[in-house]
Amino acid sequence: MSDAELLTLSAILAAMVRAATPLVFAALGELVTERAGVLNLGIEGMMLIGAVAAFAVAHADGGILLSIAAGAAAGMAIAALFAVLALGLRANQVACGLALSLFGVGLSAFLGKGLIGTPIEALPALPLPGLSRIPVIGKALFDHDILVYLSVLAAPAIHLFLFRSRAGLILRAVGENHDAAHAIGYAVLRVRLLAVLFGGAMAGLGGAYLSLTYTPMWVENMAAGRGWIALALVVFATWRPARALLGAYLFGGVTILQLHAQNWGVGVPSQILAMLPYVATIVVLVAISRDESKIKLNAPACLGKVFHSGR
Amino acid sequence: MSLMRRASLAALLALALGGIGRVQAAEPLKVGFVYVGPIGDYGYSYQHDQGRLAVEKAFGDKVKTTYVENVPEGADAERVIRELAATGHKLIFSTSFGFMNATAKVAKQYPDVKFEHATGYQRGPNLATYMARFYESRFPAGIAAGRLTKTHKLGYIAPFPIPEMVRSINAFALAARSVDPQAEVRVVWVNSWYDPGKEREAAEALIAQGVDVVAQQSDSAAPVQAAERAGVWAIGQASDMTRFGPRAQLTSCMEIWSGYYIDRVRAVLDGTWKPDDTWEGFNKDMVRLAPFNPAIPPAVKAEAEKAEAEIRAKTRHPFAGPIKDRSGKVRVPAGQTLSDAELLKMNWFVEGVVGSLPK
Repeated sequence: MSDAELLTLSAILAAMVRAATPLVFAALGELVTERAGVLNLGIEGMMLIGAVAAFAVAHADGGILLSIAAGAAAGMAIAALFAVLALGLRANQVACGLALSLFGVGLSAFLGKGLIGTPIEALPALPLPGLSRIPVIGKALFDHDILVYLSVLAAPAIHLFLFRSRAGLILRAVGENHDAAHAIGYAVLRVRLLAVLFGGAMAGLGGAYLSLTYTPMWVENMAAGRGWIALALVVFATWRPARALLGAYLFGGVTILQLHAQNWGVGVPSQILAMLPYVATIVVLVAISRDESKIKLNAPACLGKVFHSGR
Repeated sequence: MSLMRRASLAALLALALGGIGRVQAAEPLKVGFVYVGPIGDYGYSYQHDQGRLAVEKAFGDKVKTTYVENVPEGADAERVIRELAATGHKLIFSTSFGFMNATAKVAKQYPDVKFEHATGYQRGPNLATYMARFYESRFPAGIAAGRLTKTHKLGYIAPFPIPEMVRSINAFALAARSVDPQAEVRVVWVNSWYDPGKEREAAEALIAQGVDVVAQQSDSAAPVQAAERAGVWAIGQASDMTRFGPRAQLTSCMEIWSGYYIDRVRAVLDGTWKPDDTWEGFNKDMVRLAPFNPAIPPAVKAEAEKAEAEIRAKTRHPFAGPIKDRSGKVRVPAGQTLSDAELLKMNWFVEGVVGSLPK
């Protein structure tokens, strides 16, 4: 390959990482929430609230860490609202989640009114010593900001938590069979509340990434459907963190590749390429639905079901 | 108790409304605006809302404006427009192409209300249409871009393959190639009016391909930011995006609705309103270029401004022949210009445009 081609390759890889990062955060958060048996469709809303909160703090010169924390906290706060309705009052989770998405779009727009048209400095890149010097992939993979690294580290951390820790086992037990978990003395609602709050914080971080570094600005509805892609990703990943990470990079990659491919003279219409992530999700859904054992192994059995402790 | 309270509230409200009626000599003209996007997009709908604010400022208490944002292009639009007509709005602007059928339908039901629909073609006794010649502003911008590019590669981020975009891309390419025959315009469709993340990545993709001027017709300032970071030029869209790229923004192809809205409101107040079909550009200040970046050579600025002045004076037409399409076929012979009818349905790229044109 020529130097120019290598440079392009490096640029494409770096862009894939960027495009994937908000999806990684949101999908991993939702994955944990769903593993506890709660279906929260409000990711888009939580991302937007996280984005506007993070931006507001950054705009007020709150500093990097505080801005990021604000994004996570705001996502968590609005997830708490969902928890009150869906867990506390046992309302339908699908309806509450949809409402949360719509509410988040509106509320973030309202809160962000004064922030439109005021740019901020993007989070600084933190090149990893040594690794970022590697030709081509160094610049592409190891020269990003703190949120990118955090998102990548989150996947193994969540994997270890879910499958190698007692708390993770309890969380999965609650998601698989809440009555049994309750019977042996686990506080089903408390576990679910924590899972929902974690999901909210992660979605908020995804939003913070959008408004702090991806496009350092606030505009209404800037998540532009990424919350829904994250939701699809969880199914695509069959509720496994590593696959969610991989899926996010795949989806991010497709988004980026279709932008580049338009000028390579590839004869595929860009609309078709833009549809690919959704098509891939449906294919996975169909594939895992064909084999009952695969669903049983992965999909939390109590996903979306209301828990009544009195029963 | 609650019934009592409601009744007394209603009485109070009636009293208050009656009071207003007596104090004011003439009722203010109620003007409604229907936007397809959020006014916070800092792009298309934002610019329309700037027009609404200008109307309020110009006429003070003689008008009362209402806007409805984020209106989907479908059945909802009809409901929103009818609601405005039913609540005493006498002049209603519906600002997106997809509102056309809804506007036409409601216009028939409310003959005493005046309707104005942007970018459409259906007219009636009380339904006018208006549109800006966005492509005109692309021409001087293209001249500056052609002069400034060192790689002879210009990028263009476009939302959807509709004649509106094709026209603007072609005008930009023709202008750039009039000063740099080697220049090519690389088009990337983002298939979205508005997705900052995707627009940024489209800009990055173009920059990675060697583009050193990024133009855009999608609405967010993300491409300008990306250009700023990469150290290349950017041409903004709809509003002045200097704040997002003070070094990068070469100029911005601004859409200005204030003048038109003020004229139309005045016409209704004067009783001279007619259901016109307006399609104007620089001459009526419906499109405008943001101030050129002070860093560009004065000669380039002068050349672009000359082109702007000629287009304004109608002594120069961006689509004056000879114009070849990408297959080399002469579409417009020398000495001729494309008619408005041909411009409105333009679906072919001129020579020098690279990228797909989905049909």
